[in-house]
Amino acid sequence: MADETITLEVFRYRPDEESEPRYQRYEVPYREDWVVLDALNHIKDQLDGTLTFRWSCRMGVCGSCGMMVNGDPKLTCAAFLRDYYPEPIRVEPLNYFPVICDLVINMEDFLHKLGEVNAWLVPQQEKPVSDGEYLQTPAELAHYKQFSMCINCMLCYAACPVYGHHPEFIGPAAIALAQRYNLDSRDGAAEDRAEAIFSHEGIWQCTFVGDCTRVCPKDVDPAGAIQQAKVTHTTQWWKSVLMPWGNK
Amino acid sequence: MTGETQTVSPKAAGAKQYIRPVPANWWLKRKTYFLFMVRELTCLAVGGYAVLLLVMAGCARDEQAFHAFFQWLESPFSIALHLISLPMVVYHSITWFNLTPKAMVVWRGEERVSPVLIAGSNYVAWLIVSFLIAWFFLGAA
Repeated sequence: MADETITLEVFRYRPDEESEPRYQRYEVPYREDWVVLDALNHIKDQLDGTLTFRWSCRMGVCGSCGMMVNGDPKLTCAAFLRDYYPEPIRVEPLNYFPVICDLVINMEDFLHKLGEVNAWLVPQQEKPVSDGEYLQTPAELAHYKQFSMCINCMLCYAACPVYGHHPEFIGPAAIALAQRYNLDSRDGAAEDRAEAIFSHEGIWQCTFVGDCTRVCPKDVDPAGAIQQAKVTHTTQWWKSVLMPWGNK
Repeated sequence: MTGETQTVSPKAAGAKQYIRPVPANWWLKRKTYFLFMVRELTCLAVGGYAVLLLVMAGCARDEQAFHAFFQWLESPFSIALHLISLPMVVYHSITWFNLTPKAMVVWRGEERVSPVLIAGSNYVAWLIVSFLIAWFFLGAA
């Protein structure tokens, strides 16, 4: 048992040394309780210190260690070797993002999109701290709680062929987070988000492949968030056509 | 005064990046992608039925044309077309109804109404409307 091994085929791209990526095979000890991230750390510490990848918490909270594991976007801290053993495991950077080095992608585009949709709470009315908290009922919390579980791991982007073909698409997580704040009873910035998320590059570019929801490690259901935003926008549009005198 | 954090993007810093092309057969790489493409393809059958209904409506005022249209419907080519189209439309409808809970969210206080109930009520509505249409046309015939 102790000397059993498993093969990892790891995507390598070292921009200063090679113009094309390649795959490098590593034999690592097989442990039932090891995840792919443990195997990568073993490589980094024991076999090849040049291998570069992101990670932090090791417990599915920080969202840093997302990679393609056998072609599927996964948090490598939650992908157990035992689910693949004895077959080799192919580890690649998240799909559709530019690769900076080895397994590290450039997430600038995603961060920019979070800004575009104002993915933060804007209180309806600012009040001084002395006035106390912005109160909310459990029912009001329930309406957006699922979407607030997003950890920005970008697995949903790596699963979305629409994002792969149209990088201008705002994408699953950013729209889910916009929806999270739009549904928050304390928030008052839905109109500021409307231009970005109700645009063609927003919800209407989504063709509802639905794989974003399948790969989400936090059950956020970004595909649901996008379809619900489509219903909201369509309802608003019909109201503006049928009742142009109304506010909305 | 607090210090500002300066971030330099890899692109702006002139770092070389590798952009992986999306292969033309991307939709064969994963079962979910393939089923999505099948669902998209079934739109053709839905569109085909819409055209069929328009043609039928167009012939409605001319008894001879209506008769000729019905004769065409009974032709082997038309029957073969229906044998292909019907399963496609049924697949499209089923996948459509199964996806309705994603878009229709109904809350009962803190509890979300079960997705099964949302999809189920859509199926029931589908059956009732189909029954009424069949009853109307078969009754008229």
